Amino acid sequence: MMAQNEIGLTAFGGYIPRLRLQRKSITAANAWIAPNLVSKGRGERSMGNWDEDSVTMAVEAARDLLGRSDDRSHVDALFFGSTTMPFADRLNAGIISAALTLDRDVQAVDIASTQRAGTTSLLQGLGAVAAGSAKQALVCAADRRKTRAACAQELEFGDGAAALSVGRDNIIARYLGSHTQTVDFVDHFRGSGEEFDYNWEERWIRDEGYSTIVPDTVRALLQKTSVNPSEITHFVMPCVFPKLGQKLAKACGLEQTKIADTLSAVCGETGSAHALVMLVHTLQTAKPGEKILLVNFGGGCDALLFEVTDLISNMSGRRGILGALADRQEETNYMKFLTFNGLVEWERGMRGEQDKKTALTTLYRNEDTIMGLVGGRCTETGVVQFPRSRISVAPNNPAVDTQEPYKFAERQAHILSWSADYLSFSMNPPNHYGMMVFEGGGRIMMDIADVAPGEVDSGMEVRMVFRIKDFDDQRGFKRYFWKAVPVRDVAKQAQAAE
Amino acid sequence: MARGIKDKVAILGMGCSKFGERWDSGPEELMVEAYLEAMKDAGIEPTQLDAAWFSTHIDEIGTGKGGTPLSVALRLPNIAVTRVENFCASGSEALRGAAYAVASGAADIALALGVEKLKDTGYGGLPVANPGTLNPQLMPSGSAPGNFAQLASAYRAKHGVNKDDLKRAIAHVSVKSHANGAKNPKAHLRNEVTEEQVINAPMIAEPLGLFDCCGVSDGAACAIVTTPEIAKAMGKSNIVTIKAMQLSVSNGLESQHNSWDGSYFHTARIAAKKAYAEAGIDKPRDEVSMIEVHDCFSVTELVTMEDLFISPEGGAVKDVMDGFYDSDGKVPCQIDGGLKCFGHPIGASGLRMAYEMYLQLQGRAGERQLADPKIGLTHNLGGAPSQNVCSVTIIGAHGI
Repeated sequence: MMAQNEIGLTAFGGYIPRLRLQRKSITAANAWIAPNLVSKGRGERSMGNWDEDSVTMAVEAARDLLGRSDDRSHVDALFFGSTTMPFADRLNAGIISAALTLDRDVQAVDIASTQRAGTTSLLQGLGAVAAGSAKQALVCAADRRKTRAACAQELEFGDGAAALSVGRDNIIARYLGSHTQTVDFVDHFRGSGEEFDYNWEERWIRDEGYSTIVPDTVRALLQKTSVNPSEITHFVMPCVFPKLGQKLAKACGLEQTKIADTLSAVCGETGSAHALVMLVHTLQTAKPGEKILLVNFGGGCDALLFEVTDLISNMSGRRGILGALADRQEETNYMKFLTFNGLVEWERGMRGEQDKKTALTTLYRNEDTIMGLVGGRCTETGVVQFPRSRISVAPNNPAVDTQEPYKFAERQAHILSWSADYLSFSMNPPNHYGMMVFEGGGRIMMDIADVAPGEVDSGMEVRMVFRIKDFDDQRGFKRYFWKAVPVRDVAKQAQAAE
Repeated sequence: MARGIKDKVAILGMGCSKFGERWDSGPEELMVEAYLEAMKDAGIEPTQLDAAWFSTHIDEIGTGKGGTPLSVALRLPNIAVTRVENFCASGSEALRGAAYAVASGAADIALALGVEKLKDTGYGGLPVANPGTLNPQLMPSGSAPGNFAQLASAYRAKHGVNKDDLKRAIAHVSVKSHANGAKNPKAHLRNEVTEEQVINAPMIAEPLGLFDCCGVSDGAACAIVTTPEIAKAMGKSNIVTIKAMQLSVSNGLESQHNSWDGSYFHTARIAAKKAYAEAGIDKPRDEVSMIEVHDCFSVTELVTMEDLFISPEGGAVKDVMDGFYDSDGKVPCQIDGGLKCFGHPIGASGLRMAYEMYLQLQGRAGERQLADPKIGLTHNLGGAPSQNVCSVTIIGAHGI
């Protein structure tokens, strides 16, 4: 293959919510009704905060990939894979694009309805670049799957997201080929408008599903790419059945291959994002020349083959999935998990009754302000402000019509003033908010997320995250905006945990 | 600077309803209660009123928009009634409208009345207001205590005050107001409290506990104003006149520009400076006899002592703990019990503050009467520290 015709992965990003629900707290609470699950009460699963969904997690993974540069004009295609998108009819990738302040000319696509949505998104990105319809495709996948209380999936699942970019330059993992099988094998399903999955018998899924469809697909790929099974270094396949990965690798002739960690002990399976989550996790420790086989089962199977290049070293120090996993907060309150996932009718009080209807005209007129956290910078005085306005806030020079867009989302800030409010309605009281003062100027009064009482103080360094602002349950709408979270020293955190 | 209205307007009469959880009364009854007292005090007939200003803030309660709720409740003789609304400073705005009408000569006698019926909302605390279409998409869905509590974190950071010392100082603010309110038959809360009680009360918004927050009440207050000449001609003695009325309104600087440190009220300092200039006061700490400030929260009162240039910058904690603002201190503050004990029926509060200053200046404050006060100041604030309107009004004995 000629070097100039090569396509591949050019960067990665990952996001796992900070809260890690201890499985023991689930099984202990449910032991009376589901004694069969008690033995599964080991390890932890990631648990989105109340204000996170597949879109917000995808945004965070994409931001991890894109870095802090304001210029994102190189991204010309965006593929978003998920089976838990917040909107059935509103382009979810469009929300992600707005939050990332991508150019309007971007081609943004939602890919859903299968656990393969993540790998299918990646294949679409690879296809677009290969076909020349995109130069730099951004691929995100995220899921926050809802389960009934006291079922196995509640323990097996986790919440999370991953992002990969596909292009022709600066390739960190060369794309060698793929094969897909489409089979209407219904191991589980979720009808339109239904909240929960319906699952068939595990033994059948394992023996008749995975054990036949996966080897068939992998063999076809290896044949197509003329790669010998012994050349494969990493076998990356999401699977909740213990040891099935090893068994299938063997069935595919991959005796020498490392079976990638499914992260079940520390994260749980993050739905259609999980193949990409595991791929990013694998890339973070992979060496140049290693070949990675990515396999994803669901309504058939996707199998993709990559070869890590020397440029993988450019990615060292990236947060990715490893970094996200290290930034963790143990959660032992199962009630909180149920409440965050809408599984408990709780008393919200009168302040929770407020109508959250969103004026869509106002939202659109202020789109970059709200979705992209874009303020203004006065070209005469250099004064930075949020939001942008025709007359500058500069007290000594209220210049008129001098402002250019100025992005705040990737800038660090510190807390000037704050409170922990027990009076106002909050999904996770107390409601923390305060005035954030940004490096380089500007300030925003905003919510503070992912903090516990006693943790916040004036002067604390914060960074911005894209989150759900409000739910409009009456109309099925969600508002998004940016919030501040503390900048945490993950190394220190790990030390403290030891 | 404009010449101002010093001594151009006299207070002819005032009235104030009993504040509290007035389950027995709607806004009409509250208005009538304050109005009848004021009319009796003024000694005039309704036909002598030339115009009226009416303040009420919260639309959701249903007192109604426009001037009609006042005109209908009081059966006014079809005179001009203007409704004013400027957040929690609305009551002071009604008084300002009436005073300006008299000062300009457009009216000989004008009425200002403010009312709020909060206890028909079902909420403890203020009801959640309609935030418009843009703000709810950008602003934290907070509360008044959460917004004002932020003063504490910024003040501590700026002046290096430790958490416990600030908590105790703001506790003393409330203890002092409760002691005063206990002596006021029109106050809502008439119980004394201890510093320990205040410090150990349930948290509302860090660091503000229950007793750091003002009460939530129904109430109305009313003023009738005229010129000093007309008041004299009507045989009034011991006349109280307006020395200054200033209002300063945020322009977004505090919330958008990094020159504000979050520990004080930018507007209050501007309004206070202008009011002292209008009234001819050079040394407020020595010249002002008493103050009624907008103690929606204890920490608001604490920082306001510096914003009014009575305590030096960073010196409010010491003054408060020294008892400087207690009823027997140098400058008694909230001698009627303040918002803390009266609660804060929003449209009425500014006029309620003026009512106490007026009673004190006329020597009619009963058990709370201070010895020979000459100058009283009211400070009425609306909004949040980061964006607000602030009114400073100074009244005093005529001829000073």
